[in-house]
Amino acid sequence: MMDTYALLIAATLNAGTVLALASLGLLINEKAGIVNLGAEGMLLCAAIAGFAAVVHTGSDWLGFAAGIGAGAVLAAAFGVLVIWLNTNQYATGLALSLFGAGFSAFAGIKYVQQRLPERPHFEIPFLSDIPLAGPALFRQHPMVYFAIALVVALIWFLDRSRAGLVLRSVGENPSSAHALGYPVRWIRFAAVIAGGALCGLAGAYLSIVYTPLWVEGMVAGKGWIALALTTFGTWRPMRVLLGAYLFGGVTMLQFQLQGAGVDIASQFLTMLPYIATVVVLALISRNPAWIRINMPASLGKPFYPGS
Amino acid sequence: MLRLEQRAEPSRAWSIASPVLALVLTVMIGVALFAALGKDPVRGLEIFLWEPINSSYRIGELMVKVTPLLIIALGLSVCFRSNVWNIGAEGQYVIGAIFAGGIALTAGKDTTHFIVLAVLLAGVVGGMLWAAIVAFLRDRFNANEILVSLMLVYVAEQLLNYMVFGPWKDPQGYNFPQSKTFEVATQIPRLMPGSRVSIGIVIALAGVAALWVFLFRTRAGFAQQVGGLAPQAARYAGFSSRKALWLALLVSGGAAGLAGALQVAGPIGQLTPYVPEGYGFAAIIVAFVGRLHPVGSVFSAILMSMFYIGGELAQSRLGLPKSLTGVFQGLLLFTLLACDTLIAYRVRWITPKLLPNAEGAEKSQRAQRH
Repeated sequence: MMDTYALLIAATLNAGTVLALASLGLLINEKAGIVNLGAEGMLLCAAIAGFAAVVHTGSDWLGFAAGIGAGAVLAAAFGVLVIWLNTNQYATGLALSLFGAGFSAFAGIKYVQQRLPERPHFEIPFLSDIPLAGPALFRQHPMVYFAIALVVALIWFLDRSRAGLVLRSVGENPSSAHALGYPVRWIRFAAVIAGGALCGLAGAYLSIVYTPLWVEGMVAGKGWIALALTTFGTWRPMRVLLGAYLFGGVTMLQFQLQGAGVDIASQFLTMLPYIATVVVLALISRNPAWIRINMPASLGKPFYPGS
Repeated sequence: MLRLEQRAEPSRAWSIASPVLALVLTVMIGVALFAALGKDPVRGLEIFLWEPINSSYRIGELMVKVTPLLIIALGLSVCFRSNVWNIGAEGQYVIGAIFAGGIALTAGKDTTHFIVLAVLLAGVVGGMLWAAIVAFLRDRFNANEILVSLMLVYVAEQLLNYMVFGPWKDPQGYNFPQSKTFEVATQIPRLMPGSRVSIGIVIALAGVAALWVFLFRTRAGFAQQVGGLAPQAARYAGFSSRKALWLALLVSGGAAGLAGALQVAGPIGQLTPYVPEGYGFAAIIVAFVGRLHPVGSVFSAILMSMFYIGGELAQSRLGLPKSLTGVFQGLLLFTLLACDTLIAYRVRWITPKLLPNAEGAEKSQRAQRH
């Protein structure tokens, strides 16, 4: 029985890591004032790029690099459009998501039946032998710990470092940041690229580690859920991480209930994460003042340096 | 260096030229893509831009695809003009199809053709109900309509799966997840024998006229758009933003639901897990490329349908995956957004010299001449 719980916790952390990586990336974007609705498209393209790289090279790490690269390239295209051509952020992100869905399906057609080399098994010596905590916490893929480290790093970066302060000022009040001589557009561009790279890492983790295969549309809305998580976490890295684990848990609950033979049609269980997102969004957004205090003040607004 | 300079007012010429330029750019990227894949680019272009319209049969098939795209895009135009971002039309389409299918399945051997009216009405109601959830959560809880409407797409698809794997599964269907084929009486009337084009295209064109009148000739249509363009002006004028939100979502949801009904009771003829074909997402591109204008949407719906048929032809003729359609559709929206910059800005070439230096150089030249 204890083993079941341990496995459930382990699976929750694993599922949550995909969402956490993507959502932390989007958090960086949004702290700089940019909403990238293209997350779903970036995850999809990164998933196929990462998967294909592993198929051809046999190296998971090159796969992650390919995913990061794919995410960053797409984010760069998005960034040029919204930052320098002042296009509407929502429409441009949407275009990226639609393009990503089409392009990943197109590029991935040859990889649908492919299998990856045998998956490595990870465990931390000694710690992984502790009962319950061992199998639950210490037999994870390194990327799970990376996500946690990333949260710590982001908290430090945003709250304690000068660069983080500049990033936040660009998202709160770009005109003031510009007046102080900061290159607002380049800072925003760097944030967009960082966000894309992390979404790419999330996509690659999905297709290389979480479900090691490629299926058209396999991201199945995780990019959109990651977008919702930044609001859910009120733009705080730790809350975003906990939210990601919560949603990872909901996903796992669905399999757990199915396995336990609960008499609910599987389709209703599959709906759970999506319905949970809607409910959580409604509850968290209910109080506009609460959102306004936490949201970067210039989120979604274009910035033209007056010249 | 190149520099963008804001125009005094948006350029009307560029607002029409921009989609054309975007298409040209998409075609150029397409040519490069075909060449990179080792296919003859000319043949590729022919398949996407000429073959879909080179026979009356093909034009009929084109109209079959134009129908749902145009109807959904008209609804979305109202939505986007009011600055309401409903991107879950696909879900509203699916629920419309489920509702319409529910009515169609009640038909027996002696049901008359009038049931078609009930089928279409059910579709509209279904789509409206699904969009109403978005409106309610936005209105009452301030929940972001983009994310809510999109999440509901996945929920709608699972509902459809539940119906066709469960209660509505055809007992004589060899265990396939699909409903029984609808009775002939429920079939949407076709325009002419030998073609699959239905009265749906007439409804769509009537919608174009109705939307044009609503947007440009009625006070309600004006009020609806002011909220999107200038929220504060709308508030001073006493136009209710809540009313605009509900109207935008109900109209677009109803339109998407109607398209779903026309599709299941038309070309598909039964409920299957393959009812969602992505028209709800493609219609977003149709609406933007059509400048959120009813007449513009007609042209962009035709173009997008050509991409669909071109993709199918590219699969059978060139052995390229059908998903090429999605690549081109996404590219078109991308290039359009980039080209749209030219509506509000003009591109200027500015010599990267600092102004005082330039003046100084001029002075010294003048001094030399004297």
